[in-house]
Amino acid sequence: MHTLIKKEQLSEQVYRFELQAPLIAQGRKPGQFVLVQTDLEFGERIPLTIADANPEAGTITLIFQAVGATTQKLATLQEGQAIPAILGPLGQPSHIERVGHVVCVCGGIGAAPMYPIAQELRRLGNRLTVIVGARSAELLILEDELRALADDLLVVTDDGSAGRKALVTEPLEELCRESTPPVDQVFVIGPPIMMKFAAETTRPFAIPTVVSLNTIMVDGTGMCGGCRVTIGEETRFVCVDGPEFDGHLVDFDNMMKRLQSYKHQEANARDICRQGGTP
Amino acid sequence: LALPQQEMPSQDPLERRCNMHEVALGYTEEQARIEAERCLQCPTAPCVAGCPVAIDIPRFIREITEGNYQKALGVIQETSLLPSICGRVCPQEVQCQAPCTVGKALKDTFASVSIGRLERFVADRAAGSSPAPQVKPETGRRVAIIGSGPASITAAADIRREGHAVTIFEAFHKPGGVLVYGIPEFRLPKRIVQDELATLEAMGVSIVPNFLVGRTRTLKQLLEEDSFDAIFIGSGAGLPKFMHIEGENLVGVFSANEFLTRSNLMKAYNRDEAATPIFEAPVVAVLGGGNVAMDAARTAVRLGAQEVHLFYRRTRAEMPARAEEVDHAEEEGVIFHFLRSPTRILGDQDDRVQAIEVLEYELGEPDESGRRRPVAVPGSEYTVPVNAVIVSIGNDSNPLLTATTPELETNRWGNIVADESGQTSMDRVFAGGDIVLGAATVILAMGQGRAAAQSINTMLCENHQT
Ligand SMILES: Cc1cc2nc3c(=O)[nH]c(=O)nc-3n(C[C@H](O)[C@H](O)[C@H](O)COP(=O)(O)OP(=O)(O)OC[C@H]3O[C@@H](n4cnc5c(N)ncnc54)[C@H](O)[C@@H]3O)c2cc1C
Ligand SMILES: Cc1cc2nc3c(=O)[nH]c(=O)nc-3n(C[C@H](O)[C@H](O)[C@H](O)COP(=O)(O)OP(=O)(O)OC[C@H]3O[C@@H](n4cnc5c(N)ncnc54)[C@H](O)[C@@H]3O)c2cc1C
Ligand code: SF4
Ligand code: SF4
Ligand code: FES
Repeated sequence: MHTLIKKEQLSEQVYRFELQAPLIAQGRKPGQFVLVQTDLEFGERIPLTIADANPEAGTITLIFQAVGATTQKLATLQEGQAIPAILGPLGQPSHIERVGHVVCVCGGIGAAPMYPIAQELRRLGNRLTVIVGARSAELLILEDELRALADDLLVVTDDGSAGRKALVTEPLEELCRESTPPVDQVFVIGPPIMMKFAAETTRPFAIPTVVSLNTIMVDGTGMCGGCRVTIGEETRFVCVDGPEFDGHLVDFDNMMKRLQSYKHQEANARDICRQGGTP
Repeated sequence: LALPQQEMPSQDPLERRCNMHEVALGYTEEQARIEAERCLQCPTAPCVAGCPVAIDIPRFIREITEGNYQKALGVIQETSLLPSICGRVCPQEVQCQAPCTVGKALKDTFASVSIGRLERFVADRAAGSSPAPQVKPETGRRVAIIGSGPASITAAADIRREGHAVTIFEAFHKPGGVLVYGIPEFRLPKRIVQDELATLEAMGVSIVPNFLVGRTRTLKQLLEEDSFDAIFIGSGAGLPKFMHIEGENLVGVFSANEFLTRSNLMKAYNRDEAATPIFEAPVVAVLGGGNVAMDAARTAVRLGAQEVHLFYRRTRAEMPARAEEVDHAEEEGVIFHFLRSPTRILGDQDDRVQAIEVLEYELGEPDESGRRRPVAVPGSEYTVPVNAVIVSIGNDSNPLLTATTPELETNRWGNIVADESGQTSMDRVFAGGDIVLGAATVILAMGQGRAAAQSINTMLCENHQT
């Protein structure tokens, strides 16, 4: 059992949970994630990145957006209540080195998984530029935390309600083109479509670009192959080989279509959930 | 030899197409007595040599003829721990029933004494009535077991009996391994596996779910920091094989592991209650000819597919699946296509599966094994419209644990190398079951769990005296 120690609402749909999970808190590294299950009999297992951890207190932080049946159910949990199953830490830790100037591009909820990576990049002494993007001002999260880490922080929103009215690819392209010192590496985490275009933006400049993929998962141990993606010519499993891959090699179109596999069924479950029934 | 072989009562095919309940219902007492009478009590008992754990088959069958069912179970339990499971899922026609004298005399393996059915009868009758095995006084020694499939269940029981503390670590939220996530309810009711696990817990074995060794803790941490005296690895095969053909990553292509895990472990067949979705497809193609393929095809039927087509490269006679499962699948309406192998999967503009292209084969010259090898007929490709494809060609070894434990020696298939006693290349670390054998069977996994438990018990007892 993993007790919810602290619950905060970061924006209309985004929650930060601090949960008891001593072994995971001890062993986790930036870039790794957990599988969370809210009901042992009928619940599904959903992947969430470990946004932060406190090994002394034995807690991990998860930040999630309530988008569907399971995340909405999670959002109803109160402090003191517990999650019955959390498996982790899963996936390969981020490959973080001192390379010089690194740009971190976060889209929406992607700021949560980016946070531990940015922390580690900073610790190793990289110059850090962070671009945070969201549809509108209310959906921006972790802006202050990231600002504290970054040498430069740029805010963009689709509707211009905060920062510059632009997509993240605009400032990214400018940085690739004219930044001094030049950009040595880019990390992108956000919706698949955003990662796709960010990778397309850096490609002509041949700047190494790491993306963190969020496929559908079941077991998280490499047993089912449900999370598979095409990387270059190869099929890889996001849960064990990833979640991070070379953005220039990912077949995003196929990945986005695979994410839609259960769209119809999930929409039904979400509606039932909103109406207060059990999905 | 005059007595007729007793048919296994089973659910009506039309009815069972629409439910998840067990198909084979088990012998009545009368049927069991008649079937047991068919055994000739051969002095040389060739059947025993066919059983991987050498159950004293004639002796347990004799006890049945005399109505001593509890004694019959005792005989089986001398060597086998999971008779209610093995009686159901063993491929008897290639094991104990293959060399049976009755089958030989009638020139038909399938006419042999139905040893597996009798084993199941005895085990089911005694279900719940036998107390948990005696546990010796605590020795203070601690053993960690990785995985909770049949190899681990057996090892745990045998080690615990000697008074050592046993902790099972399982990656999933429910223990049982393939018995729970792979083999469907209609073939092996989960209640039976739960009973076995409850017995372990009653003996004092502790089961820790949601714990992935190699990630939550490494194997070395268990030995060095968490002070376990020995480790048994029963982590199974668990890496789905794909065909590496065009279109395999389209929407609607699944490994059997994914499809079966969604349905069995995550209960997706219960559409009203389960949060985990399962792909809805009116026409399903299943690729493969083993137990995994039969389970996938029959599950697809039950989930409401109108047509399920199974493609297999050889002929029916070569199918590695248990004969009974093949018969059941056919009765349930699965459409078999023999001597066919898929060449690519075709999708629509949304990348959703639309059709599968298959190539015809014919039987050529016999190969080293004496089987006639299938040879492709050039230019014979044709397409079959389908909405989903379930790749069911088996499993390799999951590399997660071995990749995080470089000290463990593996062979070129990624299986952990272990000798007959289960000893691996690492001191105090033993292994057995599919992780050593490659995808094999429940009874072989159980046998290896037993052998490793014995080695561990001997080792701990020797250490104790020094
Ligand atoms: C390695 C990894 C790390 C992740 N980390 C985080 C995190 O830190 N915080 C967070 O909020 N989310 C994270 N996600 C995404 C998260 O797992 C999904 O949002 C969640 O599974 C949705 O479950 P649900 O039942 O609530 O919604 P569902 O009913 O499953 O889906 C609702 C809607 O969201 C879409 N959707 C489903 N899965 C995803 C996905 N993986 N990515 C994008 N859209 C999806 C569906 O198409 C649907 O429209 C991560 C995913 C992966 C693979
Ligand atoms: C669909 C299907 C049908 C089958 N049908 C039959 C049949 O009819 N008859 C028959 O005899 N055999 C059958 N088999 C084969 C049989 O099930 C296996 O040979 C047997 O279960 C192997 O047992 P095991 O104990 O080695 O491992 P498994 O049963 O595979 O169990 C391994 C367990 O270890 C866990 N695990 C793995 N890695 C870790 C880790 N690092 N940390 C913690 N836990 C871990 C897994 O989650 C799993 O629960 C079938 C297999 C499948 C997939
Ligand atoms: S364990 Fe399997 S092989 Fe052995 S007697 Fe029983 S059914 Fe036959
Ligand atoms: S070989 Fe057949 S007939 Fe002979 S003892 Fe064994 S089960 Fe009985
Ligand atoms: S989630 Fe099953 S293999 Fe990755």
